[in-house]
Amino acid sequence: FYLTPPQVNSILKANEYSFKVPEFDGKNVSSILGFDSNQLPANAPIEDRRSAATCLQTRGMLLGVFDGHAGCACAQAVSERLFYYIAVSLLPHETLLEIENAVESGRALLPILQWHKHPNDYFSKEASKLYFNSLRTYWQELIDLNSGETTDVREALINAFKRLDNDISLEAQVGDPNSFLNYLVLRVAFSGSTACVAHVDGVDLHVANTGDSRAMLGVQEEDGSWSAVNLSYDHNAQNEHEVERVKMEHPKSEEKSLVKQDRLLGLLMPFRAFGDVKFKWSIELQKRVVESGPDQLNDNEYTKFIPPNYYTPPYLTAEPEVIHHKLRPQDKFLVLATDGLWETMHRQDVARIVGEYLTGVHHQQPIAVGGYKVTLGQMHGLLTERRARISSVFEDQNAATHLIRHAVGNNEFGTVDHERLSKMLSLPEELARMYRDDITIIVVQFNSHVIGAYQNEE
Amino acid sequence: AAGMFLRLLSDIQWRAAHPKWRRMTGSQRSTSTTAEPHPLSLPAQAQVVICGGGIMGTSVAYHLSKMGFKDIVLLEQGRLAAGTTRFCAGIVSTARPVSIELKMAHYSNKLYQQLEQETGVQTGYMKTGSISLAQTQDRLISLKRIASSLNVMGIPCEIISPKKVSQLHPLINIHDLVGAMYVPEDALVSSANVSLALATAASRNGVQIHERTSVSHVTIQKGRVTGVETDRGRIQCEYFVNCAGQWAYELGHSGEEPVHIPVHACEHFYLLTHPLQEPLSNSLPTIVDPDGRIYIRNWQGGILSGGFEKNPKPLFTEGRNQLEIQNLQEDWDHFGPLLSALLRRMPGLEALQIMQLVNCPESFTPDMRCIMGESPTARGYFVLAGMNSAGISYGGGAGKYLAEWIVNGYPSENVWPLDLKRFGTLQSSRTFLRHRVMEVMPLMYDLKVPRWDFQTGRQLRTSPLYDRLDAQGARWMEKHGFERVKYFVPPGSDLLDLDHSKTFYKPDWFDIVGAEVKCCKEAVCVIDMSSFTKFEISSTGDQALENLQYLFSNDLDVPVGHVVHTGMLNEKGGYENDCSIARLSKRSFFMISPTDQQVHCWAWLKNRLPDDSNLVLEDVTWKYTALNLIGPRAVDVLSELSYAPMTAEHFPSLFCKEMSVGYANGIRVMSITHTGEPGFVLYIPIEYALHVYNEVMNMGQKYGIRNAGYYALRSLRIEKFFAFWGQDLDAFTTPMECGREFQVKLDKGMEFLGQDVLLEQKQNGVYKRFTMFILEDHDTDMDLWPWWGEPIFRNGRYVGKTTSSAYSYTLERHVCLGFVHHFDEQTGEELVVTTDFINQGEYEIDIAGQRFQAKAKLYPFSSLFAQRRRKDDVELSGYQRE
Repeated sequence: FYLTPPQVNSILKANEYSFKVPEFDGKNVSSILGFDSNQLPANAPIEDRRSAATCLQTRGMLLGVFDGHAGCACAQAVSERLFYYIAVSLLPHETLLEIENAVESGRALLPILQWHKHPNDYFSKEASKLYFNSLRTYWQELIDLNSGETTDVREALINAFKRLDNDISLEAQVGDPNSFLNYLVLRVAFSGSTACVAHVDGVDLHVANTGDSRAMLGVQEEDGSWSAVNLSYDHNAQNEHEVERVKMEHPKSEEKSLVKQDRLLGLLMPFRAFGDVKFKWSIELQKRVVESGPDQLNDNEYTKFIPPNYYTPPYLTAEPEVIHHKLRPQDKFLVLATDGLWETMHRQDVARIVGEYLTGVHHQQPIAVGGYKVTLGQMHGLLTERRARISSVFEDQNAATHLIRHAVGNNEFGTVDHERLSKMLSLPEELARMYRDDITIIVVQFNSHVIGAYQNEE
Repeated sequence: AAGMFLRLLSDIQWRAAHPKWRRMTGSQRSTSTTAEPHPLSLPAQAQVVICGGGIMGTSVAYHLSKMGFKDIVLLEQGRLAAGTTRFCAGIVSTARPVSIELKMAHYSNKLYQQLEQETGVQTGYMKTGSISLAQTQDRLISLKRIASSLNVMGIPCEIISPKKVSQLHPLINIHDLVGAMYVPEDALVSSANVSLALATAASRNGVQIHERTSVSHVTIQKGRVTGVETDRGRIQCEYFVNCAGQWAYELGHSGEEPVHIPVHACEHFYLLTHPLQEPLSNSLPTIVDPDGRIYIRNWQGGILSGGFEKNPKPLFTEGRNQLEIQNLQEDWDHFGPLLSALLRRMPGLEALQIMQLVNCPESFTPDMRCIMGESPTARGYFVLAGMNSAGISYGGGAGKYLAEWIVNGYPSENVWPLDLKRFGTLQSSRTFLRHRVMEVMPLMYDLKVPRWDFQTGRQLRTSPLYDRLDAQGARWMEKHGFERVKYFVPPGSDLLDLDHSKTFYKPDWFDIVGAEVKCCKEAVCVIDMSSFTKFEISSTGDQALENLQYLFSNDLDVPVGHVVHTGMLNEKGGYENDCSIARLSKRSFFMISPTDQQVHCWAWLKNRLPDDSNLVLEDVTWKYTALNLIGPRAVDVLSELSYAPMTAEHFPSLFCKEMSVGYANGIRVMSITHTGEPGFVLYIPIEYALHVYNEVMNMGQKYGIRNAGYYALRSLRIEKFFAFWGQDLDAFTTPMECGREFQVKLDKGMEFLGQDVLLEQKQNGVYKRFTMFILEDHDTDMDLWPWWGEPIFRNGRYVGKTTSSAYSYTLERHVCLGFVHHFDEQTGEELVVTTDFINQGEYEIDIAGQRFQAKAKLYPFSSLFAQRRRKDDVELSGYQRE
C-alpha cells in the first residue's frame, strides 16, 4: 500500500488555511502580513483545535492552538470561547457599557471579533446561548468593577484564561435543564485542553501559555541565517520551575506522589490546563456531580475514577504564563504549535525550514559575482541547483503544511522522504496515535517594513 | 562596477570636442546632486525646451537645430546620456515588424554611420550585421514576413540555412534551428557616445545644453505650453519636448494639467563577460534568438547577452523612489533561464568568465510601440518616450520625425501607430500600466501571429450588453480599452483556446465567422458597435454648419435627417478621420468615427473650432449603445418593433430618424451598416440598451437573427472594398487616392481643408491608388494567410503594400486591400497612377516570401451580391460616377 504524491498532498492539505491581512489602498499597515495554519490528525476525531480572529473593538489579532485530552470537548469549547473572554477583558469601560446597553435594549451588538476560520473549524450552535450568558455575566462584573485604569494586555490575558476556566467549572456544577447541554458542559469540564495564544498589536506581541503547546519566534540574523526564540515555557515535568511550583502549592507530605513518571499525580502530562475538573474539584464535589449527572457520565469509568493520592485539590490551574516581546524587524514569523510538532522537530530546524520557505531560498542569499572569478558554466550549475531546491519548497502554498510535511516525512538527513511520508500518512487509525500525535500549527508572518516604521517612530 | 563599465563603453575624448558645456573633470564624474557652479545661467526664454539628455532628447535637439531652429535649450537632470541610454546594449537593428518603426531604425542606422565623421566624436559604430534565429517553423514564417518588408525597402536581408549561420558565427549551436534571417547592415554602437555625438553637433548648431537641471513642471495656459519651471529658474517657451524616458510619465503628471504618457519601467538584465581566450572579433554579427528570449553581441572580445524574460520585474510603479538606476541589484536567479538559453545557444562559452550582470531599467508602453507626438490637451507639449528597449535603434528616426512634427506641423511619414493620441487617459492608470508592461516585455520576443490580443488590462470599457453577449459565447478583443466581440462560439463547440488561434494559417474560427457572414447575407445579425466614437456638435446659429463645412470635405448642408459619409481632411487632403455625420436638426450634428479616434478627433476639432460659447462640442460616446442590424431582414425586425414603415420609400438609405423601438423611445436609427450590406445602426441611450437588445433578439427569432462579431463585419466590408480609417486610410491618403471622390464636394460653395490638394489631384491625377486584390492561386486551407503589410508586385516589380485583408465567404477567395504606386523603372520617381496602369498589370502578393497571383480591381463586385439595396445604390453609384 503506497500513497502517490498527489494523494499525500491531498491528505496534508485537507485542513490548510491561509489568511492575508487585506491591503488598504495598496498598503498593509498591520504588523502582520498574514498567517498559514494547518492540522494533521492522529486521533480520530482530532483533539487539537485552532483559532484566529481580529479584534474589532480594540486593535490586534488573536491566534491560538489548543491541545485537548480525554476527548475534544474542552479544546473545542476553549477554542470558541477564550478569544471572546480576552477581547472583553481588553475592552474599555465605555465599549462594555455600550455593548451591555445594546443587549439590554435588544439592539444589534457591536461585533467584537472577526474570525478567520477553516470550513472544518466549527462552533457549537446549541451552546451559544449558554456561552453568551456566561460571557455577559463576566462583562457585567467588569462594568461593575470599573477600575478606571487602562487595560493591561498581560492582565487581560490572565484574567480571561482564569475566568473561562472558572465558568467551565461552574457551568458543570450548575448543570443545564436541557439534557444535551447538560452532558456537554460536563464533558467539557471533565476533559482538558492546553492553550497557547498570541496577541499581536503593532510591535507588542504577548503570548499566554497554559500547558505544553509552544510559541516560537523565527529571527533572521544579519548573515541571513535563522534562529529560534522561545516565547513560552512548557508546563510539564521537564520544566523544573513548574515542578517546583506544583510542589510549593501542596504539603511536603505529597512531594513524592505529586509527579510520577513525568506526569501530574502520575496521570496528566501538562501541568496546567483548562477543564480537567478531576484535578481541580474536591472528591465530594466530583462524586456529587457525577452521581446527579446523566447516565453516560456514570457509565464512564474515567470520570468516576478519582486520581490516587488526591488530598489537597486543586492540583491544576488554567492560569497562563504571559511573555511580552517587542517585535523587531529581524523577527520574521511566529510559530504556534501543539506538542505534536515539537516532539518530532527541534525548534532550530523549525525556524530554518519556515524561514527558508517564507523568504524563498534565493531571497535569503542573493548571488553576487563581486570580485570573484566565476565562469558562465559554474554560475549556470549554481542557479540550476538553487532552482531545484526552490521548486520543492513551492510544492506547498502554506507554511504550516510545509512544516507538517517535514515533521512527518523527514529522514535522518533532514530532507523530506516521500516513502516515509507515505507510510506515516497511510497508518490505520488505531496505529496512527502510536507513531505520531495530532499536529496543529499556525505560522504568523510579520511585516518587517511596518515594524521597522514603528521602531523609527519610537 | 557600474563606473568601470561606463569608462569601458564611452570614450572620454568627446569632452574636448566642445568646451561650451564641458566643465567636469574625469575625477568628478560621480552622479551626486550637490550643487556646483553652473557656468551658463539658464536663459529666460527659448523657442523649444527639451527635457532629457538621453538618446531621444539629443536626437530631437540635433534634428531641430539642423532644420533651422536656433533657440533650443536641452535640460538634463543628471549627466548627458547617463540614464537608460548609458546602459543600453547598443544594438542597431532594423528587423522590426511595424513598418514605421522599421523606417526609423533604417534612418538611425544611416545617421549613426556617418556621425563620427560629422562630429569627430567616436561612436563605436561597427557594421556587424545581425542574425535572427528560428527554432520553429512559425518563427521562420514571422522572420520571412519581416524579410519581405526589408527587401522592398532596399535593405539587404536574406533567409539563410542553419549551416550558413554557423559559417557566419562560429560559436553557435545550430542543431535546433530551422533557419534564420541575416541582415548584414545592422550595426553596433556605443549608445552613450552616439548620444554625446548628437549633443556635440546640436551644441555646435547653437543648442544650449544644461546638465544638472531638473524640470519640476511645465506650465500650460489656455491649452498651450507657456514655460518650464526648473530647479534653476523658469524658462518661457513655445514648445516643450518630454524626452524624460522612464520619468516621462511622472513629468507629464507633475503639472497642474496632466499630460498622460503611458510608459512604465521594467528591470532589464544583461550579462558582460571577460574576453574569450581568443578574443571575439568585433565584427562578429549580433545574434537574436527570440525562441530562447535572448540576444548576444560581441563586446570587448567577450560577449554581451541579455533578453526579455517571461516574468519581468516592473519597477517605479509608485513613481520615483530612492532607487537610483545605478544601484539596482543584479538578480542571478532571475537571469537563470536566460543564462540557460545562452549556454544552449553557445555551449562553448561555459568556461568564459563573468564580468558583471547589469540591471538597466527600460520603459515599455501598453502596445509595444513607442510614443511620440503632441499632447491632445496642451498644444506645444511634445513627447518622445517609451522605446520598449529599442531606443538606440529608433533614436535617430524618432528624433527626426518629432523635429519635423514641431517644425512642419506633421512628420514626413504616417506616424499614427506611434501617436500619443492613440491613448486616452484610461491607459494612464498605474495599475493598468504595471500589469500591461508585464505582458508587453515578454511579448518582445514572443511569436506575433495575426490577430493576437492583449490579455491584461481588459474589461475596462464595456457595453452594457457585455455580460449578455459573453454568456452567449462571445470571444473578445480590445480597442482603445473597449471590449468588442470577435465572434460568437456556438454552444457545444467550445474547442477554441488561445493556442489554437495562434496561427499564420487558417484559424479555427473560420467556419464560425463564415456562418455569421452567411446570416448577415441571408437573414439578419446584430453586432454591438458601442465602441465607436460619438460626438455631438451644436450651435445657437449656423456656426456648427459653417465650421463643419470647412473641416469636412463632403457637403454637410443636407436636409435634416440625412447621413453623410465624409473625410475629416488635413491641409494636404489626407484623412485625419473618416466619419459618418447625421444632421439631427438645422443646428446640430451627430458624428460617428472609429473607436481609436476619441482622443485624436477631439483634439483636432477642439484646436480648430473657434472658442465660441454658442458652439458646443460634446463627446457622447458613453451615452449610447450602438447595435448594428445587418442583413436583408433587418428592415422586417425593425418595422415590427416600431410599428413604423421602414421600407426604402419611408426610410431611404443614409437616413437618420429618432423613433421608438419596443417600449424605448428616442432611439436614433440610421440606415447605415459600415459594411455595404443593407440594415440599420441603432443608437440607444444606454439605459434602454438591454431592453432594446432583448426586443430585437425576441422579434428577430422568426427571421433567423443571431449575434455576430467584428470578424464577420471585417470580412463583409473588405469584400465590399470599404476602406477603414486606421487600417487603410491615414493622414497621407486623400479621398481621390481611394476612390472616394464622390465624398468630396469641391463645388459645395465653400472652402474646406485640403481642397487645393484635392483639386490639384483631380486635375493631375494621383500617385497611389487604393486597389482591391483577389488572390487567385491561394489555397485557403493550406497556404499562409495574408494579414496586412504584404508587398504588392506588379509585373514583378514592387508597387506598394497591402493595408488589410480578409477571406471573402461570398467570393470564396482572399481579398487584400492596398495601395498601388507607380515608380519609374529607371529613376524610381513616383509617377501618376492611372486606371489603365492598374488594370493592365499582372499582380502578385508576397506572403512571407511566397508570391500569390492576384487580380486587381478598382470597383467592388456588384453582381455577386444579390441582396444589394438602396444604400449600396447610392454608395456604389458613387464609385461608378468617377
